[in-house]
This record gives sequence, C-alpha cells and structure tokens, in this order.
Amino acid sequence: MENALGQPQTIVLLGGTSDIGLAIVRHLLNPTTLAVVLACRNVEAGERAAAGLRSDGVVVDVVAFDGAATGTHAEFARSLSDKHGDIDVAIIAFGILGDGSETKVDCDAAAELTNINFTGVVSSTIAVANQMRRQGHGSIVMLSSVAGERVRRANPVYGATKAGIDGFAQGFGDVIAADGVHMLIVRPGFVHSKMTTGLKAQPFATTPEKVAAATVKGLRSKRRIVWAPGILRFMFIVLRHLPGPVWRRLPLG
Amino acid sequence: MSNPSRARLWGWGHTKPTMAEEVSVDRAGVAGAVKEAGERGILARGLGRSYGDAAQNGGGLVLHLTSDASEVVLNPTTGFVTVGAGVSIDQLLRVIVPRGFFIPVTPGTRFVTIGGAIASDIHGKNHHVDGSIGNHIESITMVLADGSTTVIGPRHNPALFWATVGGMGLTGVMLDASIRLLPVETSRMRVDTSRLADLDDLMASMSQGDDDVRYSVAWIDLVAKGRHLGRSVLSRGDHATLDELDARQGVAPLAYGPRQLASVPPLVPAMGVLNHATVAAFNEFWFRKAPSHRVGEIQGIGAFFHPLDFVGAWNRLYGTRGMVQYQFVVPFGEEQAMRTVVERLSASGAASFLAVLKRFGAANPAPLSFPRAGWTLALDLPGGSRGLDDLLHGLDRVVLDAGGRHYFAKDAHMTHEAVRRGYPRLEEWKAIRDQVDAHRVWQSDLARRLGLI
Repeated sequence: MENALGQPQTIVLLGGTSDIGLAIVRHLLNPTTLAVVLACRNVEAGERAAAGLRSDGVVVDVVAFDGAATGTHAEFARSLSDKHGDIDVAIIAFGILGDGSETKVDCDAAAELTNINFTGVVSSTIAVANQMRRQGHGSIVMLSSVAGERVRRANPVYGATKAGIDGFAQGFGDVIAADGVHMLIVRPGFVHSKMTTGLKAQPFATTPEKVAAATVKGLRSKRRIVWAPGILRFMFIVLRHLPGPVWRRLPLG
Repeated sequence: MSNPSRARLWGWGHTKPTMAEEVSVDRAGVAGAVKEAGERGILARGLGRSYGDAAQNGGGLVLHLTSDASEVVLNPTTGFVTVGAGVSIDQLLRVIVPRGFFIPVTPGTRFVTIGGAIASDIHGKNHHVDGSIGNHIESITMVLADGSTTVIGPRHNPALFWATVGGMGLTGVMLDASIRLLPVETSRMRVDTSRLADLDDLMASMSQGDDDVRYSVAWIDLVAKGRHLGRSVLSRGDHATLDELDARQGVAPLAYGPRQLASVPPLVPAMGVLNHATVAAFNEFWFRKAPSHRVGEIQGIGAFFHPLDFVGAWNRLYGTRGMVQYQFVVPFGEEQAMRTVVERLSASGAASFLAVLKRFGAANPAPLSFPRAGWTLALDLPGGSRGLDDLLHGLDRVVLDAGGRHYFAKDAHMTHEAVRRGYPRLEEWKAIRDQVDAHRVWQSDLARRLGLI
C-alpha cells in the first residue's frame, strides 16, 4: 500500500533486467519499501541485478517470467499478489529491440518480436491490472518509446509494437482509472543502455537515470504521459506532421 | 441495506484515494453486511476526518452507519449518554449542551463520529488531566466478525474493550457507546491567552501551570526562524461558571448553536493557496493579533475548541496534492528531541501552518492508544512539498530514538519499523484481535500499509 507521499511498498518490474526498469526501481526505493519483484526470462541475470537492490528490510524476489507465454500471465499476476500482498507499482519494461534489417525481411523474427513486445505486453498488463482493480489502487508504468510516435524505416516492426502498446495503454488507462488504477505512459527517446549498445546515438539521447527521475515525478503527480527528455514532446509535434517524402529522407538511423 | 456503490474514498488530507464498495446501513443492517465480506474485508467509515488512509478500504466494503439525533439518549440524573456510533460530536453537543452537559473529550473538530473518536482514541486540550476518550467510556455495543453483537467495557471483557479503543476499527463495528459526560453550568469558556517568545519559554510555562487548568494548548509558528523560533500563543481555560457570565450572556447560559461562517469552494487552484509565503504571512498575523497576556476572556465552545470548523472543507486550500499531517509524542525528559524537530521543520522551509503543542498526561491501558505522558506536536504540511519524504522519515528517527511514537489517525507515511518501535504492545493487540477476527473480516488501507493485518 503506497503512502501519502507516493512511496510504494511493493514494486514489480516485468523485464527484471531492463536498465531503464531497474533505474526506475532504484528511484522508487524508499524507507517503507518491503518487496521488489524482478520478473525476467533469464533468472540468472535477474539475480545479478537483484544483488544491487538488496538492503535492510527489502525483499528482492527474482521470479521466472516469459513475456511471450501469454497463457501463464494471469496465474503469474495472481501469484504476485498471493506472495507479496498489494502491488503498488508495476513497471512494464520487457521487450526486445530486434535486428531492424532482419525483422524487415524475416517474417518469423518479426512475429516473434511482435509477440513479445506487443501481445505479451498487452496480456501481462491486463493480468497485473486485474490484481490492481481488485485492490482498488495501484500504478502501472508502461515503457513506450518515441519510436512509436512515428515509426521509422530503420526498425518498423519494433516501432510498430511501441506504437501499439502506447495506443493500448492510452485507452486501457482510461478504463482502469475508473477502478482507481493509474496508468503512466513513458516515452523515452534514445537511451544509452545495454539494449542500444553499438547503435549510433540519436539527437537528445538520454540515460536510464534521467528517464527514471522523470518517471517517478510523473507517478507522484499522477501524469498520463511523460516524455524523456521533455523536449521530445515538442519535437514530435513537428516530426509527426512532416510530409512522408521529407520524413523518409531524414537520417534517422 | 442499500446496494453498494463504487466510490473513490479519500482521507481528510486528500492524498492517496482508493476505490471501494460503499454502503449505508442502519444498526440493524450491520450484521447482515458482515456476511457480505469478501477477501478485501469490511471497514466502518465515519466522517472521513482521519488525515491518511485509516478510513479507506481499497477493493473492499466500506460501511456508513446512518445516524440521527434520536440516537442520543441522555440520562441527566446519572450524567451518562448512550449515543449511536455514527452520530457526530456536532450532533451530540447540540443535544447535551443545552441540557447542561459536555463531552469529556473533544478533538479540534466536532465533525467526527463517536465510533471514529473511540477507534482513534482521540484526545483534546484536557488530556493532561482527563486522558483520552477511552477513559470516559462505560460500554460499547459492537458487532463482531461472526455477526454476533456484544457489549464490552472496562469492566466487561476489558481486553477486547481496550483493543477496540484506539483499535482503528479493526476489532468490530461499534453500534453505540455509553459515555460519562461532564456537567457544565454554561456553554461558554473562560479563557486565558498569552504570547510566548520562543519554545523554551513555552515549554517552561506549560510545565509549571498546566496541572491547574483543565484545558491547555499552544499554537506554534514553525515558519518563524532565528530568535523567533518557536514563538507561540498559549491558550488555557475551563468551562465558565454562571457567575462568570455577564448579564447579557446570563440570559441563556446554555445556548449552543455553532454555525459555519463559510465553506471553501471546490475551485481552489490545483497547486493550492497555502505555500510558504501565504502561511508565513498568516502565522505572522495570527501571532500579532493575539494579546500578549489576557485573562478571563469569555468565548464560545466553537471558538475555543473547534476554530477550524468555522470554515467548511478547509482542506481544499491545499489543492490537488493535498496535505500531510504529522503528529507525534515524545516522553517528558526528551525536550531536546522536540527542540530538534522544531528546528528542523523551521530550517526546512516547509510551509507548516500553525502547529499545535500540548502536554499529555498518563496513557490509558489501550495497547494501540496514541497518547502517553509527554509532549505532542501536530502540524500540517502541503502534500507536494519538495523533500517532504526525507524530512518526515528523518523526523521519525528523532522521535523514535527518543522513545516516542506517531498517531495512526494522522499517519500518512510510517514504516513498519516505526510502528513496531512506537507501539511495543502491537503483538499483544494482534493476539486479542486474532481471537475475535481470525479471518480478517476487518481491514483498511492503513492496516494493510502498516502491517496491522
């Protein structure tokens, strides 16, 4: 049960090894925190991430979670509540970037990426939200991306999944608001993290720490959407309306 | 029982709402409602004046006990009143004051229910001589988790009675209570007021004179800095006797009909209007308007006990981020801890509206009752203040290290550790609760957050 200062007691990270997700968890940790759940496909990597979060009085629980195995999501979310009580904040941070040049031609790779990044996110978000509706409170952080704001030719499948979950989160957020559950959509730009290692940085590149700081601020003030950095909101007002031939020629990756 | 309706419920601080099923019941309907308890349990809610989440039950059922003045049965010969748990102190006073009686303990607002008052074991300006409300209860009629109705009191089932006093509604739903009233000759108060330059002055002055007066409380300006740190206005008084009233007042010595002068409209800007500048200005004005020393002033009950009630919905002044109230007690001998807290609050630049300092008398036998012998300080802070979390958790450590504790009815942020250290008899309370509610029919957001269930 989160307190009046916006300090959560129980934090769940789906995508337990995500750099941005872990940075948000670190920013949310506070003296009242009782449990952090890192849900990840690779439990060993999750344990390594957990080591950095453990401190007095905080249980860090690493659990196996497969975003693509949608059939397991409802039971997974129920087990979280059974084990840790009310879930105060759930961060939906799992997903893969994929190889843009591969997913453009390989339909299997494209379907796999879509299944994790979109289908899995929708399914697990609904599963977690159902627990929060039962509680009558809770916050969900949806890690979207500016990649979904206007999908680029560099990685259209990835961009499309981000556009998809962003749209889903907008509509679904309005549904669960009536049940006391807050949906915060976070739209980072290019973030220096292990997901983007080796890629050429885009303009206004940021860090997981900065995204996390903006996210926690957005959670406390009950915002619907946070851009990181904030200037991207205004950039995309322009980019979204560029004529197709101009957009296509922009050197964006 | 009406049909439950989905509602977003807040505490008076307007900080952390949750959704619950809300239903109104009369006393006959409570037992039936208990059978509707789902996995998120049931909680009785009064007028929602506790600041945090004590009267919320997210995802569960929240009961409103209907009430009217017919549920106030006064026996003028014995001085006892039996009053429905959903009746407010406002409703009660309107019946008993004209008949020459006063409630033995009233908090700073009369808009709390009797049930809520007992569940929080409220205290007032007379705690140092009269104790808290639990000390004046003869019996409580209560519906238990199994749907049965029982009568408890200090002589009948004292363990459950004292677990219910200060038990935050987690032992059962009270239907009514029998309270020993205080006979009064008039509805007026005789009040002495004095201004004190700083905190040391104030604490010395209260330590010396408090035991001779029934009501005593000081208002401190926590925005003032430097040599003004802790400047305050000490107000003491008692019920005026008939011969203390002048001829005009003596015409209707027991007249009582408090009114609200105004109500804050729901159009306050989202950021609120109480910030450091406005609060500092108000505190300054209020300090200067107080007489440096005045004796024997005659005031009404409302002006003396319930000054905030003159403005309805005053919590709206804090805007959408709401406010956090902080109240703690430290034992006598730990004055240095109180000084540290006051200094930190002043140095933090937090916009603390007038804070209230008071001396508590001895604790009663209730394991979760807040008051204990010592100094208590209560203050309001805007919910969105920068650095508020670090400030409050830091103050918690000072209070706990001094052997003090915090008030559940106002809590908004405590850690489990703060509860364990502040309330060493928590396990004793839990054992009694487990006997009457093994399946956790009674739940609340506060109980979940602080690990009471």
